[in-house]
Amino acid sequence: MARMKFLCDADRCIECNACVTACKNEHEVPWGMNRRRVVTINDGKPGERSVSMACMHCTDAPCAAVCPVDCFYTTADAVVLHSKDLCIGCGYCFYACPFGAPQYPKVGNFGSRGKMDKCTFCAGGPEADGSKEEYEKYGANRLAEGKLPLCAEMCSTKSLLAGDGDVIAQIYKERVSRRGYGSGAWGWQTAYREAIAT
Amino acid sequence: MVGILAKLLMQVRFLAGALALAFLITIAAPAAAQQPSSVNPTASAVQERQLLQELNRIQGRVSIPDRKSDVLEQPAGRDWRQWHQVTLRWIGAIAILGTLALLVVFYLARGQVKLERGFSGRKIVRFSAVERFVHWLTATCFLVLAVSGLNVTFGKALLLPLLGPSAFSTWSELAKYSHNFLSFPFTIGVILIFLMWIGSNIPNRTDVEWVKRGGGIIGKDHPPAGHFNAGQKMIYWIVVLGGGASAVTGYLLLFPFYGTEISGMQLAQIVHSVVAVLFIAAMLGHIYIGTIGMEGAFEAMGEGTVDVNWAKEHHPLWLEDELTRTKETQAQAAARPAE
Ligand code: HEM
Ligand code: SF4
Ligand code: SF4
Repeated sequence: MARMKFLCDADRCIECNACVTACKNEHEVPWGMNRRRVVTINDGKPGERSVSMACMHCTDAPCAAVCPVDCFYTTADAVVLHSKDLCIGCGYCFYACPFGAPQYPKVGNFGSRGKMDKCTFCAGGPEADGSKEEYEKYGANRLAEGKLPLCAEMCSTKSLLAGDGDVIAQIYKERVSRRGYGSGAWGWQTAYREAIAT
Repeated sequence: MVGILAKLLMQVRFLAGALALAFLITIAAPAAAQQPSSVNPTASAVQERQLLQELNRIQGRVSIPDRKSDVLEQPAGRDWRQWHQVTLRWIGAIAILGTLALLVVFYLARGQVKLERGFSGRKIVRFSAVERFVHWLTATCFLVLAVSGLNVTFGKALLLPLLGPSAFSTWSELAKYSHNFLSFPFTIGVILIFLMWIGSNIPNRTDVEWVKRGGGIIGKDHPPAGHFNAGQKMIYWIVVLGGGASAVTGYLLLFPFYGTEISGMQLAQIVHSVVAVLFIAAMLGHIYIGTIGMEGAFEAMGEGTVDVNWAKEHHPLWLEDELTRTKETQAQAAARPAE
């Protein structure tokens, strides 16, 4: 089984937001929630870089550890998923997540934030693969259809890579050695406790 | 005269211009020579490691209207996880189980504090109906807040295996709603307690004496005390300050990201949970002394009256005050001729 990961090559990202749009459309993510976003660092200054970020599907995921109802599970592909039936909308996963991935339908309201929603690596949820219930709660399950996440597929510069961690690390390494520079795999040290040696 | 001066000025200007040009050329020349054959576009690029070393977080700009999403990376989340899953559980378990163990040992060693002279059968009013209502309002809310709060900290370790995922989630959601809603009457109760009893809870000289003699907890000593002794005053201030701190941090958690950002939310949770577990531990002591720990104490908050002998032994100065006050009012009533 593969160990699924995301990698955003910041030296290629042009902040076109195609990944964001693809994700919103594929999973019909409601208003106010973004499973993926593009953050631009040093905007307008020399050395500016943009990074497309969603759930990184961490190794030993912090969100899963702090969840008071233990509603997370990790698939055989190391994708971190959760059950919306069990989630109580406490918001703790957002405090623990190093990447700001968890989203809530009700922002900062009294009582409940509603069921948490986040990137599923296009792998759906606990319901039967490809079922209507699964689609309504978690969006499309492309992994079950043998396809990789749509955000990476739609990336206009192929900056965003999604797939088996070893394979995308290899692609990135080759890129870096061919072009002679690379600012590294953003978030990998924090998410996977490993960086890519280039 | 003026013409000569103007000419001079022109010459100076020309000289200065020539100098500046020469200077520019000298500094520009090596820069041009250093120009590499291929451009390195990452020469000034932001580096993840460097940004993390500077602030331990990476923040930028996003085009979506969600301010908190502009934090790209905050490894501090992992530290908060360690706090919540390990440190807090240790602090909570030691504070609460430790207090319980101490109370059991104390009860076995000391037993109940008995009334030395027994019950006299004569009663004196200690707390009015309003005072008792406020006390029990706050106390019930506190118990629900404590149980529903501890469920967030320990529930999945203790209850989840018993209830199973679905029932545990239903219970936790219910607990969460009660925690959120009962926070309001609890806060009102704490404010009323603060106002109602502040007068008799200012530390004074009697308290020094009381503390010096260990409050008469060990042995048969009965150091004098007014309406509240030093121990009760401590409970009062724990409730007022602990209640205040848990309310402020609790409302920050209840209305997340209003004026706080991610590190503020983590800090609010840390303060809230530490204050909460220590508060719970302190209240265990309070509940003990008010029930099985001391004979004749519960009725003060139960029925509102206490036995006169109880008052004599535990709050002699308060009893004196009460007696002189009733005498005065009786005397006044007697002095006023009936019409
Ligand atoms: C007075 C107003 C209070 C408010 C507004 C408040 C609010 C909150 C909120 C919003 C949470 C986060 C968990 C969740 O969303 O369910 C929480 C957690 C918690 N509260 Fe309170 N609370 C208050 C008072 C108290 C008191 C008096 C206690 C103690 C008796 C307490 C004990 C706890 C505990 C133990 C946690 C869980 C900490 C953790 O493990 O993260 N709270 N509270
Ligand atoms: S990125 Fe956040 S939400 Fe995703 S697995 Fe890691 S901690 Fe959980
Ligand atoms: S919001 Fe839901 S998923 Fe996140 S920690 Fe709370 S219960 Fe778990």
